[in-house]
Amino acid sequence: MDIQGEEPVIRCDGVWKVFGAKAKEAIRAVKAGELNKAQIRDKLDCVVGVSDATFSVGRGEIFCIMGLSGSGKSTLIRHINRLIEPTDGAIYIEGRNVNAMSATELRRIRAETIGMVFQNMALMPHRNVRDNVAFALEVRGIAEDKRRAVARQAIEAVELTGWDLKYPDELSGGMQQRVGLARAIAANPSILLMDEPFSALDPLIRHQLQGTFMELSAELHKTTVFITHDLSEAIRIGDRIAIMKDGVLVQIGTPEEIVTNPVDDYVAQFVGGISKLDLVTAAKVMLPLEQYRQTNGSTDTANWPVARPDDKLNTLVNLSIGTAHPILVRDGDVVAGVVTKDALLRGIQGRDHAGPAKREIN
Amino acid sequence: MADEKTSNWLNPFESVDLKIADHSDGIKQWAIENREAIQPFKIFLDGVIQGIERAFLATPPLVMLAIIVLIAWQAAGRRTAIYVAVALTVLGFLSPEAWSLAMTTLAIVMAAVILCVIIGLPVGIFAGKSDRFEAVLRPLLDTMQTIPAFVYLVPVVMLIGIGNVSGVLVTVIFALAPLIRLTSLGIRTVNPSVVEAARAFGASPSQIMFKVELPMATPTIFAGLNQTIMLSLSMVVIASMISVRGLGNEVLRAMGRLDAGKAIVGGLGIVILAIVLDRITQGLNQSRRERGHRHWWQSGPIGLITNLFHKHA
Repeated sequence: MDIQGEEPVIRCDGVWKVFGAKAKEAIRAVKAGELNKAQIRDKLDCVVGVSDATFSVGRGEIFCIMGLSGSGKSTLIRHINRLIEPTDGAIYIEGRNVNAMSATELRRIRAETIGMVFQNMALMPHRNVRDNVAFALEVRGIAEDKRRAVARQAIEAVELTGWDLKYPDELSGGMQQRVGLARAIAANPSILLMDEPFSALDPLIRHQLQGTFMELSAELHKTTVFITHDLSEAIRIGDRIAIMKDGVLVQIGTPEEIVTNPVDDYVAQFVGGISKLDLVTAAKVMLPLEQYRQTNGSTDTANWPVARPDDKLNTLVNLSIGTAHPILVRDGDVVAGVVTKDALLRGIQGRDHAGPAKREIN
Repeated sequence: MADEKTSNWLNPFESVDLKIADHSDGIKQWAIENREAIQPFKIFLDGVIQGIERAFLATPPLVMLAIIVLIAWQAAGRRTAIYVAVALTVLGFLSPEAWSLAMTTLAIVMAAVILCVIIGLPVGIFAGKSDRFEAVLRPLLDTMQTIPAFVYLVPVVMLIGIGNVSGVLVTVIFALAPLIRLTSLGIRTVNPSVVEAARAFGASPSQIMFKVELPMATPTIFAGLNQTIMLSLSMVVIASMISVRGLGNEVLRAMGRLDAGKAIVGGLGIVILAIVLDRITQGLNQSRRERGHRHWWQSGPIGLITNLFHKHA
């Protein structure tokens, strides 16, 4: 998803977070290339949480930040609503610099524009579900009957109708996180910040909640920053994914780009176990028709199965079963290329079809 | 001579006299000199104490008993209410004067506890917020809790004179510390991620305080209140040395006359009062879950009345 000229909803510009008393000094040293991270830790007693994070998120986009624990992803997401102050750099929400906002403006934007979901739910144990959900409205001083109506809608949206008056400790983990989600969407914010929302849940419930979230987000079109340590979750949910390692965003791209074109060994290692079937498109594995004809001679393509360039490997497999012919890829009336069986199999494996596969064709 | 010098060198404490006791005695003089300045405070506090005491004594004992039992029912449930009713009946039958003496003592304790809450809650909240303030406060609280009451009895009497006001004041000095400590502890142990969530949803610092931190710290604060009440009761005998009336005075007088029987009556009275107050405040501390997550006005006698009202309306 490109941001076509429009100001992105969230823009992080060279954000640094260094923990420690000599943070400013540490940043200067890193920027000047004088010290590396280990030296900063030993000499200046500072820890680099986020280093030089720059990215933008467009309207309605789901931007996943994926990294292992300690990679700084939770620190980074907290900069967006300024729960953490950056040591350097700036964050813009709809063009406005969050770090230049007064306390009142900041509270307003937190209550009205940004909803947040936490890994540990962080529900208020002394409030029932309804009062938890309506919290953002309550702090803005909205009348109680309005609050209740809004809370009821949000609770309905996460399929918890009837649980309004229960307390968090009466709910299962999955239900608690539904309440967390309802609380985040209740004030109808344009931005959702999700800090590993489903990580603490067991796999089935996680899958189910991912589904709920994706339905909701398709319906509500919220600009979302989604933190996860699970690449398959990032691929399932994200429009774009950023891989974070030791505070650095190592690669930002669409799931397909990340999976087919990992920028370094670290990313490649993660991507290794990911199924390409629903990610990689025909356009990625096809050969030009001319090249195919050079090696196989001029053949009649009339009986060949036909696919579109954006069809996923899964579709190609279905087309390929029961026929000996390769698959013809057509973009409208124009023939875009050919997917041979070999190329398809290599694609599923995640290897480039131009590699060993080509030699076999020859 | 040389012998003396070595002993001096090894034991400087005996040969050096900084006259701290003499200097400290100046506090007595200071207290006497400032007597006038403290008068408005004394008159106000005396009025409050006497008001409470008169109200307690003017209420017929059985009515008072019923009120306390209803409060116990509201705060801690039916079982505690029955327990309290039995305890108070026993208290009443201890001796013909026991009830009125107990009410006088209760009035003093109430006044002291109210003062403790007024001072202790804000101080405790501030201590929970500021590490530096807590560090400064801690030795002061240690002193208040451990210094023998007899040490400050004299200056307080010099400043205010004997009577109920002094009695309440020395009680506050002794009983204040746990409320402050536990309020601070309660604020400090609030789950930081819940506070973070409140911030993330745009709550202001005061909203975080009143909507998140204080409600979540309430059980701990109630535990502190319970301790403060208990300590207040344990001060009544000492307070009676500066002419505070009530059950403590009975015990003190009985001791002077070696009258074991009267001492037992006074002592048992104090114990029963302590048990009653303890059960009621512990009931306040029960979690909502134990009461089926209802609000306090949805159970007990008030719950009954509102239910009746709702049925008729």
